[in-house]
Formats: sequence, C-alpha cells, structure tokens
Amino acid sequence: MQIYLPIAEVSVNLFLLLGLGGLVGLLSGLFGVGGGFIITPLLFFIGIPPTVAVATGANQVVASSVSGVLAQFRRKAVDVPMGMVLQAGGILGSGLGILVFNWLTRLGQVDLAVQLAYVVFLGGIGAMMLQESIRALRRANRPGAVRPRDQSRKLVHRLPFKMRFRTSGLYISVIPPFVIGMAVGVLAAVMGVGGGFIMVPAMIYLLGMPTKVVIGTSLFQILIVSAFTTLLHAITNQSVDVMLALLLIVGGVVGAQIGTRLGAKLKAEQLRILLALLVLAVALKLGLDLVLPPSELYSLQTGASR
Amino acid sequence: MILRALLLLLLLTLPARAERVVAGISADNIGITTAFDGSSILIFGAVKRAAPEPDGPLGVIVTLEGPPQKVTVRRKTREMGIWVNSDKMVIDSVPSFYAVASSAPLDRILAPETDAKERISVPVAVEAYAGPLGRSDGRPFAEALLRLRAGSGAYTVSERAVTLAADTLFRADFDLPANLIEGDYTARMYLLREGRVIDQTWAPIKVRRIGLERFTYVLSREQPLAYGLLSLGLAIFAGWAAAAAFRLIRNS
Repeated sequence: MQIYLPIAEVSVNLFLLLGLGGLVGLLSGLFGVGGGFIITPLLFFIGIPPTVAVATGANQVVASSVSGVLAQFRRKAVDVPMGMVLQAGGILGSGLGILVFNWLTRLGQVDLAVQLAYVVFLGGIGAMMLQESIRALRRANRPGAVRPRDQSRKLVHRLPFKMRFRTSGLYISVIPPFVIGMAVGVLAAVMGVGGGFIMVPAMIYLLGMPTKVVIGTSLFQILIVSAFTTLLHAITNQSVDVMLALLLIVGGVVGAQIGTRLGAKLKAEQLRILLALLVLAVALKLGLDLVLPPSELYSLQTGASR
Repeated sequence: MILRALLLLLLLTLPARAERVVAGISADNIGITTAFDGSSILIFGAVKRAAPEPDGPLGVIVTLEGPPQKVTVRRKTREMGIWVNSDKMVIDSVPSFYAVASSAPLDRILAPETDAKERISVPVAVEAYAGPLGRSDGRPFAEALLRLRAGSGAYTVSERAVTLAADTLFRADFDLPANLIEGDYTARMYLLREGRVIDQTWAPIKVRRIGLERFTYVLSREQPLAYGLLSLGLAIFAGWAAAAAFRLIRNS
C-alpha cells in the first residue's frame, strides 16, 4: 500500500515506513538511544530528500524522547538545572546548526556534510564504545582493575561561573555543560539526530555526572532541542513532513516495546558491543560511499523554493 | 498584391487542412490524495477528413508535458580522496515530466527538421525549454539531466504506444508516476504525414493535491509556525500516549 507524502512529494510504501520506524524503535528500546542516527540515513536510502529526512528525523526524536523522559521523571532521574544549562547551549547551537544547514544546502554540500558528520562521529563513538565494552568484559573476568581517570575533569573545576547541581551532586562551572549542549544542538540540526550518543558519554566522562541521572537529563535536553530544531526547520525550510513523522512514530512505539523486552534478556556488555558494532557498520557504509567512485557522478536538485 | 499573397497562403495551408485531429482525454483533472500511487490517463482522438485519405502512412504522436521546474545539476569529482559535488549548472526551466507516445518509431514518422520546429522528441523539447545552456561545457550536464530523468521515469518515450485503428481512431495510455508533482500539464497531439506535422491540437490537464494532502501542504507553506507546532504537538502526544498505553499493558 503506497502513501503519498505531502512535503517530500514522493510516494512510499506504508509498511516500509512502519517497518523502518519499528526497526529504529527496536534499537532504541534495546540500546536506550534515540535512533535518529539510523533513521536519517535510511530515509536517504529510500529516496526521501535529505532536507526532509533531517527535519522529519528531528520531529521523530521528539516523540521517542517524550515517552522516555516521562518514565525518567517518575524515577526522579532528571537533573532539571543541569538540563536547563545544557538547554540554553542547545538552543543556541540548534539555531547555529540551522544556519549552517541552510548555507550547505545552498552550496549543494549538505549530503556531504551530513555524511562526513556521520562517519566522523559514528566512527569515533563506535570505536570508543567497542573498546570500552571489550575492556569491561575483560574487567569482569579480572576483578580489582582500576578505571582510568579523565584529565578534563580537573579543567571542569577550574572554570568560573560555578553552580550547584543537587541531583547530580556536582558543584562545577556552567561553561562545559553549556558548550556540550551547544555542540549537540548543532549536530541535532545538521544531522537530524537527538545527539544522545554524544551527550551521554560527554556527561559521564567530561562532566562526571552519575550514570543514573545521565539518561534522563540527556533525554530531557534532547526533547527540547529537537522540538526547537523541528520548529526552525518547519519555519525556515518548510521541510518537516508530518505524515512521514507520524508513520515512523507509530512504528517506533511498537518497536521500542519489543526492543525493551528483548533487551531484558541480554547482558549489558553484550548489548553495548552489539550497539558499537551497529554504529561502526553504519559509519563504514557511509564512509565507503564517500571514498568509492559513485556509479553516477551527476545529481539533480529541483525546486526554486529552497 | 496582398490578395495574391493571401490566396497563396490559403493554397499552401489547404492540403494540411484536409485531415484534422479531434481529441479527448479521460480526465482533465487529477487529484493527488494520500493514497495516490500513480495514475493512468487515456488520450484518444479521431482524424477528421474533408477529402479521401491521401497515400502513405499516417503517423500520430501524443506528448504529455509537466509543469516547468528550476533544476540544479551537480557533478561530483574526487577531492582529497572523497567524492564531493564540485561543479553545478542551474537550468531555470525544464519540464518536470515529459512523455512521448507514437504510433510508429519516431525516426520513421518524424523528420528531424519537423522535430526541431515543433519540439516533439524528448531531448529537443527539453533543451528548447531550457534555452541556451549559458556555458560552453554545459553539454555533459544537459545529458546527465536527460539520463537521470529517463532513469527515474520522468522522461519517457514509448514508440508504438499509440494504437491507430483504420487510420482514423487512435488512443494512447500514459502511466503517471507515483511521485507526480502538482501543476498544469499539457497533452499535445500531432498528426503526421511524410515526416511533417499536418495538424495538431492540445488540451490542459490539471494535477492538484486534494483533501488532507492539500491541507497539509498549504499549511506548511502559509502558516509554517502553526504547522511546526502541529507536528510537535502530534509527536509529543504520540510519545505520551505510547508511554501511557504501555504502562497500562504492563500493569494489567
């Protein structure tokens, strides 16, 4: 059954979209990530124009982070002041990101920029996660090993504008969280992702936040930033396809539940290795596309409105 | 003098008037709904004769042209090991869709000079539309445009797709793709003998989004803030509803 998407101006199989949403939901339930980093390249692949894929991806992240953040609030695992500081940076970053995105679209380099960003970030984070989880598996067999301390935590304590974050039990400068929030905001706008896969490690390793509040706070900040990004894309590019977003969300909701059940049956280290391999595979595929000679050197971009 | 010129003109046009084309279209309005997955359109017609049929084969060509678009053609080259878009050519106006159907292979019924004048075949029609390329090395870009559009089914040629009965009645079926864009389409019908056009006619076809499609599209263009808020509201509601629904399932 085909469905015509009003903004993307393409007709796509309804079940394909539900399936894609379901797949992403499955991953997000399984690994606790938003899934934006998978959905955007997949949407490119089925022929959705890049501008629409990125903007609609941001809209889909809103839905998945709402259901996540509600559960975290109930567990009191959201550091609201920290979230606000990240937010302030995030909104600035997301505005900057939209400017960058529109500038790249005019230059015709948006596909390249998005792909490069994916290759660099996914490759880097995938490699780090893989290394970390293999080490964690080894450590489980060899007790008593010490976890290396990060140097940057000292810097966090030396900067001005210190603030107390009760839920996280931290007394640190607001500059690092502001900068991290901003970086994630830029990524959210350019890549159509929530940025959880960057935010979570940054909060743990750079800010030294306790792991139990990291997920909730990250989801909280991602929710607001991706909502803001969606709105900016809708206003400046008119590229949010509400029909596409709804189908992905419906599929995603069901997939997330299956993923959560499945995840309960696997060990945390195994899950992390699987996620790392998945992230690396996506990065490798996109990287190869950039390096290998393409089958068609020419591409068309239509429409005078953009 | 003027009278003689007029008389001469009349004499010249008289043989062409001996056969005329009368045409109809199965639908002059196509609505794109949410369930739209392509459409087919039937263009039919008859040849009206004032005199006995002349010798030689009769050719019929039917074309369907979509609304013009601005297109940017980009070319990738390898820079520092990766493939990037490094060069582009902007063509201000080319048809978004162009389909040609004919009763026989085009080279048999359409003379090149007629094609150049009437702009019937795909490359001629598209390039006539685009105008001069504006750069001397634009040829590969124009060829790429034709190749990519032919590959995606936007520019098609179906020789022998026009069926001609008793040299009088003809019909052509066009399949319109699922990714049809809205706008004013034009169907043109040409009657040919010995490679020359002896009569032609045209008819407009309107393609419009209707219903929910129209509402969504118009809202996104005219009230982008409201549209953005609506998208957000739906996403937030869906997220909340999902969390609530699954909590209910888990508790029961």
